[in-house]
Amino acid sequence: MRSSSLQTNIVRSLRILLLLGIVALTFGPLYLDLGHLRFFTEVFSLLVLAMMWNLVAGYADIVTVGQHAFVGIGGYAFYAFAAKADLNVTEAMIAAGLLSLLIGIPITAVVFRMRAAYLAIGTWVVAEVCTLLASKIPGFGGASGITLPSTVIRAVGANVEARFSHLYWMALALAVVCFIATALLLRSRLGVGLMAMRDNEEAAGSVGVNIVVCRIVCFLWTALFLGLAGALLTLQNLRIQPQASFSLIDYTVYVIFAVVIGGIGSIEGSIIGVAVYIGLRSAFSDYGNLYLIFLGAVSIAIMLAEPRGIWGLVRRYLPEDVIPVSHRYRPKTEATPAE
Amino acid sequence: MEAAGVTPPLLELVGVSRRFGGLSVIDDLDLRVEPGEIVGIIGPNGAGKTTLFNVIGGVLPPSGGKLLFAGNDITHITVWNRCRMGIGRTYQIPKPFSKMSVFENVLAAAVHGGGLSVKSAGEQAEEVLRQTGLLGRATLNAERLSLLDLKRLELAKALAQKPRLLLLDEIAGGLTGGECDVLLDIVRNVHAHDTTVIWIEHVIQALRKIATRMAVLYGGNLIADGAPDMVLANDRVRSVYLGEVT
Ligand SMILES: Nc1ncnc2c1ncn2[C@@H]1O[C@H](COP(=O)(O)OP(=O)(O)OP(=O)(O)O)[C@@H](O)[C@H]1O
Ligand SMILES: [Mg+2]
Repeated sequence: MRSSSLQTNIVRSLRILLLLGIVALTFGPLYLDLGHLRFFTEVFSLLVLAMMWNLVAGYADIVTVGQHAFVGIGGYAFYAFAAKADLNVTEAMIAAGLLSLLIGIPITAVVFRMRAAYLAIGTWVVAEVCTLLASKIPGFGGASGITLPSTVIRAVGANVEARFSHLYWMALALAVVCFIATALLLRSRLGVGLMAMRDNEEAAGSVGVNIVVCRIVCFLWTALFLGLAGALLTLQNLRIQPQASFSLIDYTVYVIFAVVIGGIGSIEGSIIGVAVYIGLRSAFSDYGNLYLIFLGAVSIAIMLAEPRGIWGLVRRYLPEDVIPVSHRYRPKTEATPAE
Repeated sequence: MEAAGVTPPLLELVGVSRRFGGLSVIDDLDLRVEPGEIVGIIGPNGAGKTTLFNVIGGVLPPSGGKLLFAGNDITHITVWNRCRMGIGRTYQIPKPFSKMSVFENVLAAAVHGGGLSVKSAGEQAEEVLRQTGLLGRATLNAERLSLLDLKRLELAKALAQKPRLLLLDEIAGGLTGGECDVLLDIVRNVHAHDTTVIWIEHVIQALRKIATRMAVLYGGNLIADGAPDMVLANDRVRSVYLGEVT
């Protein structure tokens, strides 16, 4: 089937829309009120969480329900570096991401001994242990947590407007960096292997894809970015607290719903999923926890219709991805392919 | 370990067994394949031929025995490392990367199995796609291919790795006479470029044209192994195999 120019134009338009969207968001603090700044800051963090869960679960087949562990580790590490070690905010954030990556290394050893359901339970148990340990570290507020010192808060911005704007830009920067870096990862040699793994793990191994290395790289990749997101969320919430910083519901369960709805196994799916999830949440905010049930129902319905979610449905009618992570065939020789 | 000047067999199976629960599919099997051979393997349905490939490729660990590749013990080597050492295979039931284009399917094999950079892998993929007659489908998603084309894709992926040992599992089924001749030419061509071949096939007439040696798997072991005409004339082979399946 030759793709019509209409379909190609749709893909092109979506790409332009994506770029324009990022540009428009860059100037957000010029036209958004405080409420919306806060709202988008949260959306950007959520995007990072969704892209990372999609990377490990959608490509590397590590169906983790413990990614909140790294978010929490990032948060607590940020507190340690910013409030205790007196690093400036940026340094403390980066250090928190790196520490999360470092702690990810021994966790791989635990997690990679398990598969499927055991892996899911294993990652969850690891996260619960981390939550418990966080409440036991002396000087971090125990089970009730602790607020960031005002020096750290003021370092982000002298007043509320400046603080919200700066947080907004930091979150946007993190989301964009995470997005570009992950797209480049998928375009690399390793990424070709990851896409093969996503489609058929056994066959990927048989064409030489080192499944273990791919899994480890993905897992540590997410540990880094989740740690950074955790640091950012801590700055936004102004405090650390075990149950909140390591929130299973907020940082893992909702994220899984979002990715499943939007479409697992593609970056587009994560972006769509976050948008739909946020939309549903706003629409159902009056119904309290009823929307959790609704969210579950929607994700099951979408899974049954198309395992690759909304993006999977849309993608059937498009000739190529909007985010060009795949390698297109470009004929080297002048001979036109015969039909 | 081996004496100077003596090349070890490319593949050697020593007392290899494979059981599934109580079912013994391969039982204490010995096999030596020398570089440059084209070994045809036949046997009735369920004889364990695909299982044998799964054990050689590393998808299934053997229940007993050991495997050597070019003199190195590969019994505990992972699938991908065996692939990188030079074992390429096709799957009887194709296992395409269905959301990737045909081109990318082959690219993945050339990059990872062939150890090439993405750029030179692209050139290699193009060449292999032309060779296997898939170039016209290069941009299609693999999920859109017909079964016949999926089998071609299996072959293309294996060839893109430039394997030293090529394991073919029933890739001639369903082909017309002309298409089968094209396939035989492809295999002759890679064989001429220093690739040793083990080919499982029910289409005996095709195998007979190309195999330098034929082996019959039955009851978990090889009941005949040697020159194709001799093997096919063997009384036991005729009764268990040719008599059963025609
Ligand atoms: N993963 C597995 N688990 C359990 N049993 C298996 C498995 N793989 C193969 N078998 C069994 O092993 C036996 C041999 O199967 P195999 O696929 O190797 O046969 P084959 O010689 O390739 O047959 P065919 O000519 O039909 O392809 C069959 O009885 C099959 O059911
Ligand atoms: Mg078989």
